[in-house]
Amino acid sequence: MSAPQILMQRGLDRPGESHRLEAYEAVGGYRAIRKALSMSSEAIVEEVKKSGLRGRGGAGFPTGTKWSFIPRGSESPTYLICNSDESEPGTFKDRWLLENDPHAVLEGMMIAAVAIDCHLMFNYFRGEFSYPLARWRAAVDEAYAKGYLGKGIFGSDHDLEVVTHYGAGAYIAGEETGMIESLEGKKAQPRNKPPFPAVEGLFRSPTVINNTETLATVPWIVEHGADAYAQYGTEKSRGTKLWSCSGPIARPGVYELEMGYDLMQFLEDDLGGMLDGVGLKGIIPGGSSVPVLTPDECRGAKLDYEGLRERGSLVGSGGFIVIGDNVSAVDCLLNLAHFYAHESCGQCTPCREGCGWIEQLVDKILLGRGTEADLAMILRISDLMAGKTICALADAMAWPAVAFIKKYPDDFAALCAGPVDMDALAAEVGKRDHILPRAS
Amino acid sequence: MTPFALPESAVAEVDRTIALYPERQAAMLPVLWTVQREAGWISPEAMVWVGERLGCSAAAVQAVVTFYTMFDERPVGRWKLQVCRTLSCELMGARAVIDRIRERLGIEPGETTEDGEFTLQEVECLASCGTAPMMQCNLKFYENLTPERIDALLDELRGSTPRPFDVEPVIYERPDLDGYRAMFPRTLERARTGGAEAEAK
Ligand SMILES: Cc1cc2nc3c(=O)[nH]c(=O)nc-3n(C[C@H](O)[C@H](O)[C@H](O)COP(=O)(O)O)c2cc1C
Ligand code: SF4
Ligand code: FES
Repeated sequence: MSAPQILMQRGLDRPGESHRLEAYEAVGGYRAIRKALSMSSEAIVEEVKKSGLRGRGGAGFPTGTKWSFIPRGSESPTYLICNSDESEPGTFKDRWLLENDPHAVLEGMMIAAVAIDCHLMFNYFRGEFSYPLARWRAAVDEAYAKGYLGKGIFGSDHDLEVVTHYGAGAYIAGEETGMIESLEGKKAQPRNKPPFPAVEGLFRSPTVINNTETLATVPWIVEHGADAYAQYGTEKSRGTKLWSCSGPIARPGVYELEMGYDLMQFLEDDLGGMLDGVGLKGIIPGGSSVPVLTPDECRGAKLDYEGLRERGSLVGSGGFIVIGDNVSAVDCLLNLAHFYAHESCGQCTPCREGCGWIEQLVDKILLGRGTEADLAMILRISDLMAGKTICALADAMAWPAVAFIKKYPDDFAALCAGPVDMDALAAEVGKRDHILPRAS
Repeated sequence: MTPFALPESAVAEVDRTIALYPERQAAMLPVLWTVQREAGWISPEAMVWVGERLGCSAAAVQAVVTFYTMFDERPVGRWKLQVCRTLSCELMGARAVIDRIRERLGIEPGETTEDGEFTLQEVECLASCGTAPMMQCNLKFYENLTPERIDALLDELRGSTPRPFDVEPVIYERPDLDGYRAMFPRTLERARTGGAEAEAK
């Protein structure tokens, strides 16, 4: 069941050449866009809606529904942005697609552009992605040379240009409105919503932003039909998803799984289990922003939107980080707190100050100078951050903070200077349980 | 203040970039990248120049330059070593890699060697977590690093000249990880004794 089906087949079948247009077309590439050009834009949107495809960038929003929010026949131009900023710790699946199958991303963008009547689209790469960018640029050049981009693509009357844009080091540029600000040549500080990008986005025009993997899935759906796609996965989590796996496991890397795959089976069979001599401490299944799962929570968990939510975590970006029992949860939280404190854009006080405070408090605990009161303080700060800011970066700090303390209280207590009343700590955690994701 | 200037070919590149966007200021990041590639860093004079090209104030340019971590506001070494410090890399031994560079070059993160050869920086996740630990050296990724590989690499870099368009990553074989458990100075073992040790200090 873990065999690659939709997203990775081409790249794995033809290593070293799959990024070329010829190789892509040899396996049916650019058939879907031709088909899309023969459909009405409403019909394309409807097909993607029906497939059940949800955004793979983190939030899991239904893709067809997002496209349908674009006002029809608006005066101002419509823009499409492909989000290739991939900066969520633990995530490296978009990189794989851009390096091995850039034409699939490009074709997905073309189809989305036709569906929302867009004539100028952007692919925004994180600034560090020099190699994926080189592969992408070569792909774009090939497409222009063939007349697949530019005036009247594929002989239709749809003009379409693509601009390759790249950032310069800022996690927050991956947040959709941060990305818009960044593309306008400013600091990547997220905007208040509403207005949503579909109404007022890039250059104050209606804009769709989709993740690279989301867009790379679209050609398959349009070519084979929504029903074929919906046969994969579960009732609510359709299709397949890429998981980028890291940590002390035998076979790290990018894997394509049908939604609903069993988590422990994935770890044991596909990833080859833990390295010799290392036990499983926990798994962060969806990128550093989502709550960690203990081995108990991992057992029987299903890798899909509902399955992970039921365990109190999320699919997120699919950054599957395995943690061995040789490290302390305090180390893990400190590492992540440093990340979020560094990456907060600084607009909202709870996030700007809160991330820094949490980092300092965890550091204090790691140095053996922390107390029970400091642990309670971390929980209180998390409560003041989650859901109270312009974007979700503050939640992305609060979730790991609460989850690590809740699930590994002994690790924290072991390092505190004074005694820690574990019952009192559990009660403090209980008061903040509402912050964590839960089954809906 | 000497006015900033770029070679003609780079100015032409800047103008082509600006023409791609519906609004001039949108070309900010790529134009700053061209400036940094040509000049090595982004000086206050360069910010004034970019502002004039893009029709915005030098202050607006400066705000951007200081916001994004990849722009250098002062000269850096010929080789910029940016080692990922984020979770997956830390779990696989990033600390040992950073420590080896510190020892070999005698500099701390954020510093440049006196001969101007190397700058060392700690950076956040670079989307290579499955081949951790890793670093970016100028534009190129080096993955599955070990302290021994750092030794060889530093020797190799010292004698060679950076090529700005050399971007294909070097992905070493995953090292033998039999000793994984012992790789970490910060382990649960330390966690158990760490409190007492710190107390004693
Ligand atoms: C702090 C933060 C960082 C994000 N980083 C990324 C990113 O690197 N790549 C991405 O595709 N989405 C990222 N997102 C999610 C985007 O805001 C957006 O939801 C997504 O690109 C939409 O595409 P999708 O619907 O196809 O998933 C981030 C969100 C937040 C709050
Ligand atoms: S929550 Fe944090 S990152 Fe998001 S806008 Fe506010 S300060 Fe910036
Ligand atoms: S954590 Fe180092 S590359 Fe992702």
